[in-house]
Amino acid sequence: MRWLAQLFTSSLGRKYVMAITGLFLCCFLVVHLSANLLTLIPDEGKTFNAFAHFMTHNWLIRLLEIILFAGFLIHIVQSIVLVVQNRKARPVRYAMQAAHPQVSWSSLNMGLLGSLILVFLVVHIGDFFVDSRFRPEKLGVDDQGYVNLYGEVVRAFSSLPYVVFYVLAMFALGFHLWHGFQSAFRSLGLMHLRYTPGIIWLGKVYTLIICGGFILIPVYWYFKQL
Amino acid sequence: MRVTLKVWRQKNAQDKGRFETYELDHIDEHASFLEMFDVLNEKLIKEGKDPVAFDHDCREGICGMCSMVINGRPHGPLPRTTTCQLHMRHFRDGETIVVEPWRAGAFPVIKDLVVDRSAFDRIIAAGGFISVNTGQAVEANSILVPKENADKAMSAAECIGCGACVAACKNASAMLFVAAKVSHLALLPQGQPERYRRVRNMVAQMDKEGFGACTNTNACEAACPKGISVANIARMNREYLRATLLAED
Amino acid sequence: MKLDPKIPPGDLESKWTRYRSTVKLVSPANKRKLDVLVVGSGLAGASAAASLAELGYRVKVFCFQDSPRRAHSIAAQGGINAAKNYRNDGDSVYRLFYDTIKGGDYRSREANVYRLAEVSSNIIDQCVAQGVPFAREYGGVLANRSFGGTQVERTFYARGQTGQQLLLGAYQALQRQVGQGNAQVFPRHEMLELVVRDGRAIGIIARNLVTGELERHSGHAVVLATGGYGNVFYLSTNAMGCNVTAIWKAYKKGAAFGNPCFTQIHPTCLPQHGSYQSKLTLMSESLRNDGRVWVPKHKGDKRRPADIPESERDYFLERKYPAFGNLVPRDIASRAVKEVCDEGRGVGPTGLAVYLDFSDAIRRLGRSVIEARYGNLFEMYEKITGDNPYETPMMIYPAVHYTMGGLWVDYQLSTTIPGLYAIGECNFSDHGANRLGASALMQGLADGYFILPYTIGEYLSGLIRTGSIPTTYSEFDAAERDVAQRIERLLSIKGAYTVDHFHRELGKIMWDHCGMARSRQSLEYAAGEVKKLREAFWHEVRVPGTAYELNPELEKAGRVADFLELAALIIQDALHREESCGGHFRVEYQTEDGEALRRDDEFMYVAAFEFAGEEAPAILHKEPLKYEVVTPSQRSYK
Repeated sequence: MRWLAQLFTSSLGRKYVMAITGLFLCCFLVVHLSANLLTLIPDEGKTFNAFAHFMTHNWLIRLLEIILFAGFLIHIVQSIVLVVQNRKARPVRYAMQAAHPQVSWSSLNMGLLGSLILVFLVVHIGDFFVDSRFRPEKLGVDDQGYVNLYGEVVRAFSSLPYVVFYVLAMFALGFHLWHGFQSAFRSLGLMHLRYTPGIIWLGKVYTLIICGGFILIPVYWYFKQL
Repeated sequence: MRVTLKVWRQKNAQDKGRFETYELDHIDEHASFLEMFDVLNEKLIKEGKDPVAFDHDCREGICGMCSMVINGRPHGPLPRTTTCQLHMRHFRDGETIVVEPWRAGAFPVIKDLVVDRSAFDRIIAAGGFISVNTGQAVEANSILVPKENADKAMSAAECIGCGACVAACKNASAMLFVAAKVSHLALLPQGQPERYRRVRNMVAQMDKEGFGACTNTNACEAACPKGISVANIARMNREYLRATLLAED
Repeated sequence: MKLDPKIPPGDLESKWTRYRSTVKLVSPANKRKLDVLVVGSGLAGASAAASLAELGYRVKVFCFQDSPRRAHSIAAQGGINAAKNYRNDGDSVYRLFYDTIKGGDYRSREANVYRLAEVSSNIIDQCVAQGVPFAREYGGVLANRSFGGTQVERTFYARGQTGQQLLLGAYQALQRQVGQGNAQVFPRHEMLELVVRDGRAIGIIARNLVTGELERHSGHAVVLATGGYGNVFYLSTNAMGCNVTAIWKAYKKGAAFGNPCFTQIHPTCLPQHGSYQSKLTLMSESLRNDGRVWVPKHKGDKRRPADIPESERDYFLERKYPAFGNLVPRDIASRAVKEVCDEGRGVGPTGLAVYLDFSDAIRRLGRSVIEARYGNLFEMYEKITGDNPYETPMMIYPAVHYTMGGLWVDYQLSTTIPGLYAIGECNFSDHGANRLGASALMQGLADGYFILPYTIGEYLSGLIRTGSIPTTYSEFDAAERDVAQRIERLLSIKGAYTVDHFHRELGKIMWDHCGMARSRQSLEYAAGEVKKLREAFWHEVRVPGTAYELNPELEKAGRVADFLELAALIIQDALHREESCGGHFRVEYQTEDGEALRRDDEFMYVAAFEFAGEEAPAILHKEPLKYEVVTPSQRSYK
């Protein structure tokens, strides 16, 4: 079983775990954004609420939800272990360290960016997920009889501080993805003279679409209600 | 030219260490960085002070012994250049230059700018070789190596083992050093019989020595005086994944 | 002292095969009881240590660097020769043997050189098996290139870093043995004394350079693989740490020193640019294929090279040697450069340089062709000097590169002290009076992989009943006391001058008076100056710090002290050898057109010197060289 231990606890193994969970979370973001974009359909949230109802009442989705939480948890725990180990690897810091133009700022600050995203995540789950899952009565129902999550979205994004907080968090997510997406491929050993430029390009496009999309929604709703 | 040096001084491994400032005048701009240190040391000796200890040997950029972090960069500001091949004309007249040793838990300071890099030797001893005793070799041309692979292997094998990659990495990771050797040998037919063992043993030793993990920042490649590519790290990741999944032990 | 080269009887071609088949063996069980100390971890040391450990001996390796991988073999660029005949161009073991003997100006042993040529093929096989990434053709076979004037393409190479790749191969083989527990490496350790008991080498005193402690290590045999002593000239292409100390201690304990005055000076190195300069860098000799060497016709012409018209330039190599032009051999080119600089026509800030001009070649062939041929060299030149050689001529000057002399060894690579072996550049070697390009790597690895592991068995087979050698013998006490006293003395002088000051002075004396051209007068002058300098050193040197810490100045002081003694021996040898051959040029002995004049009737021997006391001149012993297969002839380049 030495191999299993190595696969999860060696310095390379931990990076595999980070990469796989990271890419899995990237997939989740696509689904999440697609769902959120439904709020923009001008049908008073009918489609969105119906989709939300589907998501909360399908056993397969519920199972995936557990895996998703596990994914988040493992990604976070592994990163904490890595940060602690990496810090231990340099007990005495440099007095002077010059940034190299070839080294991106996001790659040097993945831990910081991840922490910011974690803060957002806690608030975000508290705001939307907990209510819709555990206290749906708080949100009321729409005229289809589904829980009115749409109403909660519209209400939340009418608050300027919340929208600013949300947008800033998306910037943190953007920088995290800007490096993380292509880095995950490299951690898994997927680097090729021909394909890697494509992966890097894809990562950037992905990041722009995901973060652009997530920013569009609160900004849209905020300006709509003005 | 005139320079102000802020140099890390540390009597031995136990000493806490501190920076000391030295003023040097009339430095020839064509002197190498280490020759400038020679001048500093001659001055210190004449003043009855302890000269600065630093590692150096070939002074032509190949032995890998020299190791100074200059103004926050291992081997200084020039790309693909060792400290010994860096010349004073790349600094401004009157500039203040900060000089520190490699900083890594796995590279403890011995004195001043001299660090202990024996961890690298132990990593090689763990698997960075092809097991062939003297006399066991077959006729050289009976092993055919595609030119492309030979060239790639050579590019990886150019590593001089100076440790600048570790010094530059925010995690003090030795991935580039280890990956260069893993790549060199994995790319050649001679390296295949021990392919799985090698990468697993070398990574295990690397972790044991206390180097950090890789965040794919590319800082190692940027600091490497031989321009060893991070593609080697990706190759090692691949090799290790394959080895841990497929080796039958 | 009796010099017995122990050359086996029989035909030249069968000597080694027969020797190998009849040499005494040590059984595997007994090998485990025998300790071998290897000092130095370059090509010779690392390959010997790895091979001996593989055989089962208990091996300890010492090097002053922080890792065995840093030995100066790593800096060798060009390549390694082997008589593989892969190019189908008529190469053979005999041809490689003949070229080496002739290149050495007939001052080496036929039997040794033939054996070297014989095992050269095995070296390539071994290195390829280890994964050395030699250059390849598209078909996957090994590539070759030509080198240094030979007519066949027999040089194997790994870009411009052949030495590095060969050394890493040997280093990795050694580290494998370390991992298996068969060998132990002691980095940052310097051998400071040889321990001899009952006439046999039984151990060394090594200083741990980190703690300063003196350590005793005993062994059934001691192998010295400590490289060349070119740094006696202060400036050379050697690494800063290269030194003579280990073999000098052996010499003073009774090992004969062979041909100390044979040093190789390489013509195309970067010139010195200031008094602070610490070392000289070699530029590949291939540059002379397209570069033209010149100086101004008039003394003290300080104009920029572009401003000096064609009519006021002296292309002196083309003028003096119209047949070979800029492509004359190393020793001829080096001496010619020295001559024009001595006349005051040298260029550059110090006047010790000549131009190597590519403008004609660029005009004729176009910049892109020159870039394809020499791009990396031009880049390296620009990195070091800051000048762009496409626009302004390069400046070059000869520099000390290699020492053919070293400890005298017999056919078995044993010195005159039983149990003490010398391999690689530190022995007086197979190169005679001049070494051919791409042959140093070959010799180091031949000694380490394929010769010493056999020959050492002859000696060790007699020691299987000895058991571990205790380090409590009185000889160890005495040796350690001597070392400690010497260190104490160096530290106690507290004079006004740094170690480097004396080293620079010594280098200047040796370079000016015992360098490229030597005469009785210059050598006698040098002998006096060295003596004075040595006295001054022991009265006025300042070594800071203490004995019990990392103290690079103390290390240097010990080495320079030994260089000062060695210099006297080099001069003594150069004085006595009243002929010119290879790297040794006595101005009194030249042909009418300035060629080296060899005097085979009187000097066809190896000069082996025996230590006779601190102040007395060394005792000369002669090992006559007998040429049974080749017929010595005068080399001519016109």
